[in-house]
Amino acid sequence: MSNTKFDRHFKEHGAAVYGRRSHWRSLHVDPILVFLLLLLMGGGLVVLYSASGKEFFYVKRQIIFMVVGLVTMAFVAQVSPRFLERWAWLPYLGGIALLIAVPLIGVGAKGAQRWIDLGAFRFQPSELMKIAVPLLLSSYLGSKILPPRFIHLLVAAVVLAIPAALVALQPDLGTAILLVTSGVFVVFLAGIKKIYLVVAAVGAMAAAPAMWFFVLHDYQKARILTLLDPQSDKLGAGWNIIQSTTAIGSGGLTGKGWLQGTQSHLEFLPESHTDFIIAVLSEEFGLTGVLILLGLYLLIILRGLIISLGASTMFGRLLAGSITLTFFVYIFVNMGMVSGLLPVVGVPLPMVSYGGTSIVTLLLGFGLLMSVGSGRNQIG
Amino acid sequence: MMDHSGFKNHQNEHLIYVGRAGFAVLILVIVVGVLVWRYHDLQVNRYENFVTLSDQNRIHARAVPPPRGLIFDRNGVLLADNHPGFILSVVVERAADREALINELRALLDISDDDIERFNKLLARRRPYESVPLRINLTEEERSVLAVNEYRLQGVEISAQLVRNYPKQDYLAHVLGYVGRINEQELKRLDPIAYSGTHLIGKTGLEKYYEADLHGEVGYEYVETNARGRVMRILDRVEPKRGKDIYLHLDHRLQDLAYQLLEGERGAVVAIEIATGGVLAMASAPSYDPNPFVTGISTKAYQALINSAERPLFDRALRGQYPPGSTVKPVYGIAALDSGIASPSYAVRDPGFFQLENEPRKYRDWKRGGHGKTIRLYDAIVQSCDVYFYTVGVNMGIDRLSKYGKAFGFGADTGIDLPAEASGIMPSRDWKRGSRGIIWYPGDTVNTSIGQGFMNATPLQLAVVASRLASRGEVRAPKLVQKIGGDLIPNPLTDVMNIDSRHWDHVLGAMAGVVTDQRGTARRALAAIKYPMAGKTGTAQVVGIKQDERYDASKMAKLQLDHALFIAFAPLDNPRIAVGVIVENGEHGSSTAAPVAGQIVDAYMKFYSHQVTPLEADVPVVDSAGSDLE
Repeated sequence: MSNTKFDRHFKEHGAAVYGRRSHWRSLHVDPILVFLLLLLMGGGLVVLYSASGKEFFYVKRQIIFMVVGLVTMAFVAQVSPRFLERWAWLPYLGGIALLIAVPLIGVGAKGAQRWIDLGAFRFQPSELMKIAVPLLLSSYLGSKILPPRFIHLLVAAVVLAIPAALVALQPDLGTAILLVTSGVFVVFLAGIKKIYLVVAAVGAMAAAPAMWFFVLHDYQKARILTLLDPQSDKLGAGWNIIQSTTAIGSGGLTGKGWLQGTQSHLEFLPESHTDFIIAVLSEEFGLTGVLILLGLYLLIILRGLIISLGASTMFGRLLAGSITLTFFVYIFVNMGMVSGLLPVVGVPLPMVSYGGTSIVTLLLGFGLLMSVGSGRNQIG
Repeated sequence: MMDHSGFKNHQNEHLIYVGRAGFAVLILVIVVGVLVWRYHDLQVNRYENFVTLSDQNRIHARAVPPPRGLIFDRNGVLLADNHPGFILSVVVERAADREALINELRALLDISDDDIERFNKLLARRRPYESVPLRINLTEEERSVLAVNEYRLQGVEISAQLVRNYPKQDYLAHVLGYVGRINEQELKRLDPIAYSGTHLIGKTGLEKYYEADLHGEVGYEYVETNARGRVMRILDRVEPKRGKDIYLHLDHRLQDLAYQLLEGERGAVVAIEIATGGVLAMASAPSYDPNPFVTGISTKAYQALINSAERPLFDRALRGQYPPGSTVKPVYGIAALDSGIASPSYAVRDPGFFQLENEPRKYRDWKRGGHGKTIRLYDAIVQSCDVYFYTVGVNMGIDRLSKYGKAFGFGADTGIDLPAEASGIMPSRDWKRGSRGIIWYPGDTVNTSIGQGFMNATPLQLAVVASRLASRGEVRAPKLVQKIGGDLIPNPLTDVMNIDSRHWDHVLGAMAGVVTDQRGTARRALAAIKYPMAGKTGTAQVVGIKQDERYDASKMAKLQLDHALFIAFAPLDNPRIAVGVIVENGEHGSSTAAPVAGQIVDAYMKFYSHQVTPLEADVPVVDSAGSDLE
């Protein structure tokens, strides 16, 4: 295998340009992306240490998740895009199977069954689908003449609707919406006609009242109502959002200093090491910290988009583009929810929030990105 | 998954993608703009607001109650101090189920309905995470019961606080009063900041009167608490300023003696230091132990006190109003001389009764058959002749009697530093019209002239009258407190009566005669005293005696017997102590009240003997024939 790899590589670039940059190329990982991700993860660990009450327990586990994630990323990066394109249906079907299995063998948390217990770690199949869905859709639409025809869009809609419905039934509406979003990005980037987008948007708006009355659970409705008026239930549903905005606001421009955030250390802030970790960062490092984090995210997104633009196939472009945009949606939804712009949905802050599934899945996604980026010379 | 229906135009597809990606970037920039705007708004525009909210979350001011000022007697003996007591409070936010917790606690300790009611009231006023006291003064046993069950009593706090203690118990109950738990009316009236953290407030007596001095200034602790209300650290502390210590004029030895002398009786003793107006002793019997009131007396024990016929809670010295009887005679003696109605040589014939002109009614003298044919003022005071004072009183008229009576302190507040003193009654035409709605009759003057009828006075007023007589007309309010927080409290003269010194000599001499003269009404009763003193006996009728009846003690129930009164001062040449004594149903001033005054005076003279020479020992006293009773 290594022989083949070398041959292909040599043919592409020639011995003359074989330099330092090409060492990275031979690893099929994107050095800029890796650098940015390591910076992000390092910073994330610093915040996590504070957010978890100065306990190394979570930091240690998070490091393990990161290592597992990085290894996964590096491995996936080795796989050639062609191989991915061909076998895209496999993780999708596997994911569907697991989603069906969740109600049967899954573990519940907070009134929702989302987890499969793997002994040391718990695993969320819905997270896997966030990768599997765009992968399959990219593969499918990438093989069609674009912009896609109506029949293709219909197939894509079915591919999207099945896992989204299963996830929504768990119930995990937040993830279902993100899942749909990641699929929609593929369709959007594939050049879907604008008329369809308008129809979909109008349809979504029309469906909203129906969603409210027939789909949303009471706790989900409460979260939306709470967003509109957190003071209505100060100690109940409004507590989280009041405490998180207080944490963010009291951080000011430069923050209270590392480990000095009173909102998190005195336990006013809920979920401070997981979904609400941005509030800890905001409190301790202020707007400065928020902007640095956001800047880092944007550089990663920029890098992702550049990779997608440089891809040689439509499949590569769609996959890289949708992964990158979905990554941004996580950031927006999380930062928006913690700062009280959006209802509270269980979306972790990418690469910073504590949690193995999220880290590994995200890095797996970046592995796919790197696979696309490093060209055509890998496994398969 | 190859599409075979047409050919892919790679160039076109790439352009589509670039266009869509560009559009996505545009949206992304807008969304990032929204996020930056939101965080900027929270962290910059509304920064101050959120800092305040964040601090309100974590920083709580906790009141540190000031230790209450101590109360000492004039010798520095502690009369009221503070003992550490343990308080059970509840932080309701930390209790899973408040009702269940309260029920649990009630099963473990004695918690009354009153406790629960008070707790619920305080609960309505408290700040979040503030602990609310449920029971105070936990016993050692109760504390250990709580300690054992601590694990299942989430939200329960036990804290130490100083609790008032009265080591003299019943001996000083009426003077000191007591502190008790702040009630609802007090809560409305009090400064909530000054009294935050304070559970006890002066309810009666000196504790109430000097509440502002004794309370002190509240201190603060700024504590950082976590979301569950646990105190993480103390950020700042403003020490409370302890209440001022109070020193009384009162001498605990005289107080103890006075109370002991009244043992088994109902009555009161008040002794005043003439030079300062300082109250040396002020006892009312029977009394009660104020200590249970501090922590909340049980309803049963309180009912027992309330329903007792002896009325132990009633401060007889301050609020008991009795007809002063013959103790007014020296006052009217001064009045008669000063107004020129009678001279020392003016004599009255006493046939045993007095009649107004054109009236058949006979106003009797206490002595059947009268005191003799020529009774002058000296004899009238020494022997307590009623007919003399009927005559002179009617000659003076009620207006003069009232004027002089008021000047000596009858019918008005004495101005003592205690709450709610009774002012007694010095009757006058105006008074009668105002309170009874009818005019003054000459017969009223007759009764008033021997301190009966409408006239009423408190034991404290009697002591004040004695003091004004002894000091030859110096008017000064009686005061219990001498020093507050080291500062002497001045008690200046408010007036001096402008009366010829020869009148004083005569009347005070007659008062000395009451004790020393062969015919003195208190001579026998005070035969055993060691120091010379002057006095005047008095008897106050409890039930009216009909015209044709005789007062016969043997036929009357104890509660219908006359009250015995006595006023006194000593020494004669330079009086320093004045005393007023009342023994309810004690029959005669001479037999029960005078010996009490005598012992107080003797004790005072002994304690403060450096300026006083005692009488020669064993001066033989010759008893004269049976006229030592009024």
